[in-house]
Amino acid sequence: MSDKIDQNRRNFVSTAGKAAAATVVAPGVLLHTLASAEPRAEAVTSKVRYGLLIDTTKCADGCSDCVSGCEKENGLDLIKKPEGADDYEWERQRPRWIRTVKVKDRLTGHVSQLPMMCQHCEYPPCQDVCPTGASFRRADGIVMVDRHLCIGCRYCMMACPYKARSFIHEEIEQKPTIAPRGKGCVESCNLCVHRRDNGGTTTACQDACKHGAILFGDLNDPNSEIAQAMREHNNTQLRADLKLNTGVRYRGI
Amino acid sequence: MVKTVTRLLLIAATLFSIGVSAAPQRTSAVVAGSKAAKLDACVEPTSLMRRRHFELIKHQRDITVHQGIRKTKYSLSGCVDCHVAKDSHGKYIPVNGVNPETGEKQFCAGCHEYAGVELPCFSCHSTVPTGK
Amino acid sequence: MKKIHYREWGIESPRYWGLLAVLAAILAVSGLAALYMEHEGHWVTGMNNQIVWGIPHVFAIFLIVSASGALNVAALGSVFGKHIYKSLGRLSGLLAMALLVGGLLVLVLDLGQPTRLIVAMTKYNFKSIFAWNIYLYVGFLAIVAVYLYTMMERKAQGFYKPMGLLAFVWRLILTTGTGSIFGFIVARQGYDVAIMAPMFIIMSFAYGLAIYILVLMYTFKADGRELGDKLLFRLKNLLGIFVAAVFYFVLAYHLTKLYGTKNHEFEAFILRDGGIYTTLFWVGWVLLGLLVPMGIVFHPALGKSRGGIIAASLLVILGGLVSMYVIVIGGQAFPLPMFPDKVIIEAGFFDGVNGAPLHYAPSLPEFLLGIGGIAVALTATFIAVRMLKFLPASLADDVVDPHHG
Repeated sequence: MSDKIDQNRRNFVSTAGKAAAATVVAPGVLLHTLASAEPRAEAVTSKVRYGLLIDTTKCADGCSDCVSGCEKENGLDLIKKPEGADDYEWERQRPRWIRTVKVKDRLTGHVSQLPMMCQHCEYPPCQDVCPTGASFRRADGIVMVDRHLCIGCRYCMMACPYKARSFIHEEIEQKPTIAPRGKGCVESCNLCVHRRDNGGTTTACQDACKHGAILFGDLNDPNSEIAQAMREHNNTQLRADLKLNTGVRYRGI
Repeated sequence: MVKTVTRLLLIAATLFSIGVSAAPQRTSAVVAGSKAAKLDACVEPTSLMRRRHFELIKHQRDITVHQGIRKTKYSLSGCVDCHVAKDSHGKYIPVNGVNPETGEKQFCAGCHEYAGVELPCFSCHSTVPTGK
Repeated sequence: MKKIHYREWGIESPRYWGLLAVLAAILAVSGLAALYMEHEGHWVTGMNNQIVWGIPHVFAIFLIVSASGALNVAALGSVFGKHIYKSLGRLSGLLAMALLVGGLLVLVLDLGQPTRLIVAMTKYNFKSIFAWNIYLYVGFLAIVAVYLYTMMERKAQGFYKPMGLLAFVWRLILTTGTGSIFGFIVARQGYDVAIMAPMFIIMSFAYGLAIYILVLMYTFKADGRELGDKLLFRLKNLLGIFVAAVFYFVLAYHLTKLYGTKNHEFEAFILRDGGIYTTLFWVGWVLLGLLVPMGIVFHPALGKSRGGIIAASLLVILGGLVSMYVIVIGGQAFPLPMFPDKVIIEAGFFDGVNGAPLHYAPSLPEFLLGIGGIAVALTATFIAVRMLKFLPASLADDVVDPHHG
């Protein structure tokens, strides 16, 4: 059963993650070392399409480990509130790549919790509206921002149906090498693109999830765990009516 | 046009700085104590690097961001990794900054400040190796 | 129709320089505000990751829309052959350019990376209406400049009509582009509707004309030129008709939205439960921006008084700014319909928990930047009319239309 393998691997990842956390290294980095893969030498192709499957039935109430995992990995936790900034305003201005949302069905009252991030659309509205082409979709399905081209107009943020993007409202002091970041540009979840290019097999949110609710993988590879899990269990896209063919799918909502 | 002017300025600055270096003990633009100081040449011959490093970095930048190719020799983090120096406490000094102990301008700052050429890389990129 | 003579704006030097000094002071403050926001980053503004476009966009879009509208007066003279308006063409073209420059400046200075404007000018994504707009705006400035030349240079008169037509068509496309910035946004319920484009066009007619009337009245009064009732009443009647047309489009927009059950919550937000947005919609836009000015211009006594016409024009402008606030900010404040059948009961990033609107509190620097855009437009206009022959020497009744007593 894929679920079982999945769980074993997750346990391993989780242990590895804890060990890594103890030595104050991000879990992802340790995984790279284990995989000992070389950095990517060939251009990414559309043979793969990266995506996530999120099982909301496993997403535990009140848990936000995926959020802290992501923020640690991508340096979002290093962003400090500017001196003199108002807490109330700042909470709304600080960038976030992933967040938890709890929803209740209007008719049935069914409640589910889920993490929200960039849905990595096949037809991303953010890419359509971006005047300079800074918003783009990499051949392997990752929707991201080329911040060298981003002029900070925020039209992509107006257009994104998932409110997945954040604008950097302040000068950034600490910038990790793998996650460059600066005032005045827009950014969002890039499926841990640095891991994609260095042989990593997971995302930081997946590694951080103790409950096994997040699965990353190649949707185009019929043998991948994610493709098998998606074939086996029905899953939905958020705002499927927009026909964006999202790369992030949800189970159980 | 802008590029040509920038390039000319840079060449002038480099030539000038070889003769009249700000730090008297310094015989090349490379900062003592950095990995680069122990090497004979950069990823390309020094003359080429002086004239065209920004083109190489920019080209690399585009293929890295859009095609995911990271295994090349012109990466900016590679520049930082090799050219960064440490202070006497073993702490990295930003490549676009100044050594607080000696006042020596670091590798990127040395030329760019002298030539008055903008150095926008580091408004987003790390100026020291961060280990991740 | 007598031959119309044009003359430079002749107000006394101290008054002229005083006026420019006041405008320069406003520009300086506004420039400092822009620098401050640029230096600190957008955290000093009220804009955030929930409401991403704020007061600068309200002003910028208002000015850009008004710019294309200000050109209509010239089009009436050339494209529609109404000779009585022909003498108003020069000021019309000038205001159009000045307002557009003012609006664009505000838009650019609010960018996260204004220094990368060069990127915006060299890298295009042709699927983006924004990228198209860059061409439309630059093209507008060039076309109107040539159009003005054909008005002011006898040798180029042969091109006056074709240029007028080109400029008019271009301005229609330009405002279509501006309206489509919102019309094409499928993600948000307040937008995503084709009527945004024609609605913006009709709004431009009204807002542009209101600004035109005020500038015309002020410049004429200031140096003692005669502006006859005949022409002024025509303009104010036209304003009334345009405002009525805006009212019709507002009605059509909300009725369209109300027809679809899926948009009922959005409509309830704007029309009933939206707090500040509801108040602004009904009081600022509909009452003060549309109904009252309509009442004034068509009132038998008020409509014929200069004070009444000034008040009506000012109200149209105020209502115009409010309309942009309701559209731009109200449209963002209503939570995105991310889960159409569900209610968000908890969220880590203010996604509209239980339908709560998203928070935006505009800050002073944003207002200062926006006001700077208006100051730029006025400064450019006043300098131009002083230096060149934009204003007719007289628009007295017997000058504009001697045949009709």
